[in-house]
Amino acid sequence: MNLSLEGRTIVVMGVANKRSIAWGIAQALDKAGARLIFTYATERFKAGIEKLAETLENKDSLFYPCDVTNDEEIKSTFTAIKEDVGTIHGLAHCIAFANKEELEGDYLNTTRDGFLLAQNISSYSLTAVAKEAKELMTEGGSIVTMTYLGGERVVQNYNVMGVAKASLDASVRYLASDLGKQNIRVNAISAGPIRTLSAKGISDFNSVVKVIEERSPLRRTITTEDVGNTALFLMSQLASGITGEIIHVDSGYHVIGI
Amino acid sequence: MAEDILERVKKIVVDRLGVDEADVKPEASFKEDLDADSLDIVELVMELEDEFGLEISDEDAEKILTVGNVIDYIKSHQ
Repeated sequence: MNLSLEGRTIVVMGVANKRSIAWGIAQALDKAGARLIFTYATERFKAGIEKLAETLENKDSLFYPCDVTNDEEIKSTFTAIKEDVGTIHGLAHCIAFANKEELEGDYLNTTRDGFLLAQNISSYSLTAVAKEAKELMTEGGSIVTMTYLGGERVVQNYNVMGVAKASLDASVRYLASDLGKQNIRVNAISAGPIRTLSAKGISDFNSVVKVIEERSPLRRTITTEDVGNTALFLMSQLASGITGEIIHVDSGYHVIGI
Repeated sequence: MAEDILERVKKIVVDRLGVDEADVKPEASFKEDLDADSLDIVELVMELEDEFGLEISDEDAEKILTVGNVIDYIKSHQ
């Protein structure tokens, strides 16, 4: 039993650019021998992902559009993947969105539309995607999503996204129960702050990074490589008994009180 | 030095936005002349932070509208 993913096909959703956590995960899975399937929300990201994928060791990646707010499109994406590759063994869901103006100030000012938008893209999408992906996971599988401490505790400015992450965390547990019957494991990685395109949308993100560098047990921020390594573990047979779990990859910051 | 900054900024802008180098003039507006969307601008700011070892605050980033703004910002913060 080892970390090899030779002969495994894994869908990676949410690569925006080279700084994306999804890209760090893709790189780790690629090194372990997995064949990767990338999905992108809009055409805007397509060329960038294709260019990044050229740097991977395995040159047989596939690319599909998938707007996770559209059930029909999710269905057609996974139908197309099924036609092209048949079985998949894993899915990395690295998707979240909230209005920038609601990632600052008081949570209390969240609008109904903003609340539902964040829940729709950042939380419900996991359930919607898992439902279609499970049809392709005929040999069992591993689903990994990305969460954050802001769903468990109050993190300034994270606001509506924190509430969406709490709902995502709960979804991980319920999905783990539903899909466990098919030997599909569902887990979340709670990553510490990483300087990604999404993170830069959170007000005053640079100062959050400083707090982690000063106060986390490891005294450093984490990298997309750190997250990629944990995702690789969760996708591998080494994690065969782990499901419904939230693993903190955050330099240990979540254990710090005052 | 000033020449050098302009060249480095040009390279980043051309690379990020896929525009012609000739269009990257100091007076060029990212949104209007270079067709950048809001995500392009955030990516651009991150590239500039890396390239010049800077930390551009949210407030300052909002004031960067043209190529010239970038050059001025870098000159005054290095």
